[in-house]
Amino acid sequence: MDTVIHTDKLTKRFGDFIAANEITFDVYRGEIFGFLGANGAGKTTAMRMLCGLSKPSSGTATIAGFDIYKQTEEIKKNIGYMSQKFSLYEDLTILENIRFFGGIYGLSDKQLKEKSEQLIGTLGMECEAKKMVGALPLGWKQKLSFSVAILHEPKIVFLDEPTGGVDPVTRRQFWDLIYEAADSGITVFVTTHYMDEAEYCNRISMMVDGEIKALDTPAKLKQEYAVTSMDEVFYRLARGAKRSE
Amino acid sequence: MRTLKFLLQKEFKQIFRNKALLPLLFVVPIMQLLILPLAADYEIKNINITIVDHDHSPYSHKLISKITASGYFKLANYVIGFNEAFDDIEKDRADLILEIPQGFERNLIREDGAAGQTDGEQLYVAVNAINGVKANLGSAYLNRIIADYNADVRMEWAQMPRFNLFPTIEITSSNWFNPTMNYRFYMVPGILALLVTMIGAYMCALNIVKEKEVGTIEQINVTPIKKYQFILGKLLPFWFIGIVVFTMGLFGVGWLVYGIIPLGNLFLLYAYLGVYLIAVLGLGLLISTYTETQQQAMSIAFFFMMVFILMSGLFTPIDGMPKWAYVITQFSPVTYFIEVMRMIVLKGSEFANIKTHFLIMVVFAVVLNGWAIYNYKKTS
Amino acid sequence: MMDNISTFIKKEFLHVFRDRKTLLMLFGLPIVQIILFGFALTNEITNAKIVVCDYAKDDASQQIIGKLQASQQFDIQRILLNHKQIETAFKDGEIKMAVVFPANFNSDLLHQHKAQVQLITDASDPNTATAISGYANQIVMDYQNELMQLQRVPYQINTEVRMLYNPELKAAVNFVPGVMSLILLLVCVLMTSVAIVKEKETGTMEVLLVSPFSPFLIIVSKAMPYLALSLINLTIILLLSVLVLGMPINGSILLLYAVSTLFIITALSLGLLISNRTASQQSAMLISLMGMLVPSILFTGFMFPLENMPYPLQLVSHIIPAKWYYIIVKSVMVKGLGFSAIWKETLVLLTMTMLLLVVNIKTFKIRLT
Repeated sequence: MDTVIHTDKLTKRFGDFIAANEITFDVYRGEIFGFLGANGAGKTTAMRMLCGLSKPSSGTATIAGFDIYKQTEEIKKNIGYMSQKFSLYEDLTILENIRFFGGIYGLSDKQLKEKSEQLIGTLGMECEAKKMVGALPLGWKQKLSFSVAILHEPKIVFLDEPTGGVDPVTRRQFWDLIYEAADSGITVFVTTHYMDEAEYCNRISMMVDGEIKALDTPAKLKQEYAVTSMDEVFYRLARGAKRSE
Repeated sequence: MRTLKFLLQKEFKQIFRNKALLPLLFVVPIMQLLILPLAADYEIKNINITIVDHDHSPYSHKLISKITASGYFKLANYVIGFNEAFDDIEKDRADLILEIPQGFERNLIREDGAAGQTDGEQLYVAVNAINGVKANLGSAYLNRIIADYNADVRMEWAQMPRFNLFPTIEITSSNWFNPTMNYRFYMVPGILALLVTMIGAYMCALNIVKEKEVGTIEQINVTPIKKYQFILGKLLPFWFIGIVVFTMGLFGVGWLVYGIIPLGNLFLLYAYLGVYLIAVLGLGLLISTYTETQQQAMSIAFFFMMVFILMSGLFTPIDGMPKWAYVITQFSPVTYFIEVMRMIVLKGSEFANIKTHFLIMVVFAVVLNGWAIYNYKKTS
Repeated sequence: MMDNISTFIKKEFLHVFRDRKTLLMLFGLPIVQIILFGFALTNEITNAKIVVCDYAKDDASQQIIGKLQASQQFDIQRILLNHKQIETAFKDGEIKMAVVFPANFNSDLLHQHKAQVQLITDASDPNTATAISGYANQIVMDYQNELMQLQRVPYQINTEVRMLYNPELKAAVNFVPGVMSLILLLVCVLMTSVAIVKEKETGTMEVLLVSPFSPFLIIVSKAMPYLALSLINLTIILLLSVLVLGMPINGSILLLYAVSTLFIITALSLGLLISNRTASQQSAMLISLMGMLVPSILFTGFMFPLENMPYPLQLVSHIIPAKWYYIIVKSVMVKGLGFSAIWKETLVLLTMTMLLLVVNIKTFKIRLT
């Protein structure tokens, strides 16, 4: 199996506070990798380091074969990112957002045209294509930002709590999009604190107090802790947590 | 280049879609340029004078009418006691009191040519000096009128040839570059410079900080966009808008409304403006890299703008400042631009005249932008 | 009830005092302004750069040049040889004035008793041009008078000038009352409106409004910290102007504080009005800055003489509260007058405050239904 993310003792300190402590794991091509943990466990910090938004304090990592310290610009060409906060431009239309982000990833005019038609078709947003993004309901916005994040066909897409505040039906639809992306060969790295979503992942890791406490397939984890749901796995692991927001 | 094209498209769309921003960018500056020069007129005229005349003689009357006919003074009150006059000063009805003592005429005329023993006749002037400039000029004007009057009296009473032996120096003044001493000619280019500065620095700083606040900057930071591309994408639209506003102000208001026709080379003026705008936008950029919220950016920009504008030399002369303050003015790009505006527009200066100014502005542009780019981090 | 109100007020104080950056700016601003206005911004001109073009090169011209050089106002850059160089010097922005002595200056003066001096000023800056040609006139006149004094002159009128209130003609005497009104406005209008709109934006205002207290009391308690801050600022400004600038407070301090409190309340009501009408911090800031601060600087009269403005603009100045406060501060602080001299201005401020408060209460009720 191809390793697309490899980290070794990756650490981030803010002064005395260790947000992420010696994180070590591998993620393989085409995988849906769930990154779980309570609020404040250090998920977002870890993810920001992998995306090149934040410099690690120590440890090493390679993303798509590129070094996290020296080749951040190479990494950026090969990843997509969808942040916790909705971050498309609300005062641009759907089409304009797609064109903009596609454009800065270097898609040609022809590709842009094809891609945007295809994307709007898949999302069923033909009527809204010329509407301001700010006017869309939250669920639509999330689906749109995901589609924009994989517009340039990255090797890996990072999703930071992509379904926060979204209704269950839309969440289900959102996961369909994720599967589709994974089928097309994109590796998906997703953080969430919905435990039902954890079940959709191929493998998951559990972060508690900045450290990875467990890493395996959902089935194996349930077996290991001798419980029937991921909720219980999470509860067992997180019970000992010292920090929470 | 392609990336830049997409960035620019996006910025222009966002700016022209913002209905609250557009009037601020284009209408408010023009309004200010129309109103401010009318309000900011420093010329001292219509000084209110109250006269205390203890003499009531033809000579005192002659002096009074000479004062009121001068055009500088308006007779606010004509009273018989000093206390009444002082009341006028306290209530701001008068700026100046002239007191003519009793026996003014008698003492003045009695003193014929042969008996020039006394030291002369005394007049008393009291000035409300809270506004020092006005007080200074007012008393200087009054002194000049009294001196003229004095000369008249002397001519009348002493026409013997020997008095012509007194040497007199005639002073002729010519006011170059603005012979009518029109204050608008001075204020309009200066205020235009200030407006362009404010638009550049504020809008640029706020625009970037807004992306930080909303979080879209994160999305940009994970893309392969280069620092310089992102910054150029932010600078160019405001650079362009600055040039448009300047053009509207220079031709639409300066030329059409106030009749100010730039004397110097327009190409030189715009070249300087171009460099200046880069420097000012760099300042805005720099502010944005040090702030997290729009409120902070606004406060800091306000602080700098206040200092720069007050010390720019437009409202008070730089030549009167103490050394430390003078040094500060030399570190403010605004000072140079206002000076260059005046030089090119009013005096017709050429490149050879302003080459030092040009060089300094290039240094400002490079340092401010370099510092901002250095400080702008895609990663934390 | 009183207990609860004090809880509210305490909370507001906490908000204000925890925001260090803003607080720093609040107290830093008056200090910087006092230093700028007190020391850097004077209308006096010293060391104005001039050139002399002396075709005479005789005793008289040398003596006048010596006097120009010796005066603080002028700094002679060069002695030019011909007229043509003057224009270049002006265009380089190197000089503000040129003094030209024609040939035979001294002999004209001695034999024909009449000689000419030409002053050429750079009138692209009329302020400076007027001022320095005035100084130069004075110096030449002095020289002439010295010549005259050698002989006794009959029919002489002398004038004795007294500068009231400000014998040293310090710019600060004029500026400090202006700075006071500006700072108080800035703190009260800008800060209050932004603070209240912020609560609207973040939604905490709703929480407060559903609490069992009258909304008016909530608003009043929001305004309290700013009243306190403004009074502290006022004290800082007064201390600085007395201790650093050496300005006396000639009138009653108590009266000064009383009227200032009234003005602060006027400004706070304005801030409330703005916050009632706007939904975002950004628009509150823009309205406060563009709509309040700029007109206040313009129409208060301390930067630009009101009497020179076109009549419509003079009318506008009447509705600016800062203008009335400025007159009051000048009367009390500088002229040392009592209440009888300022009751009219006080009444105007009082009426404005009442009006603003009434409008505030009215619009507030509408918002709640």
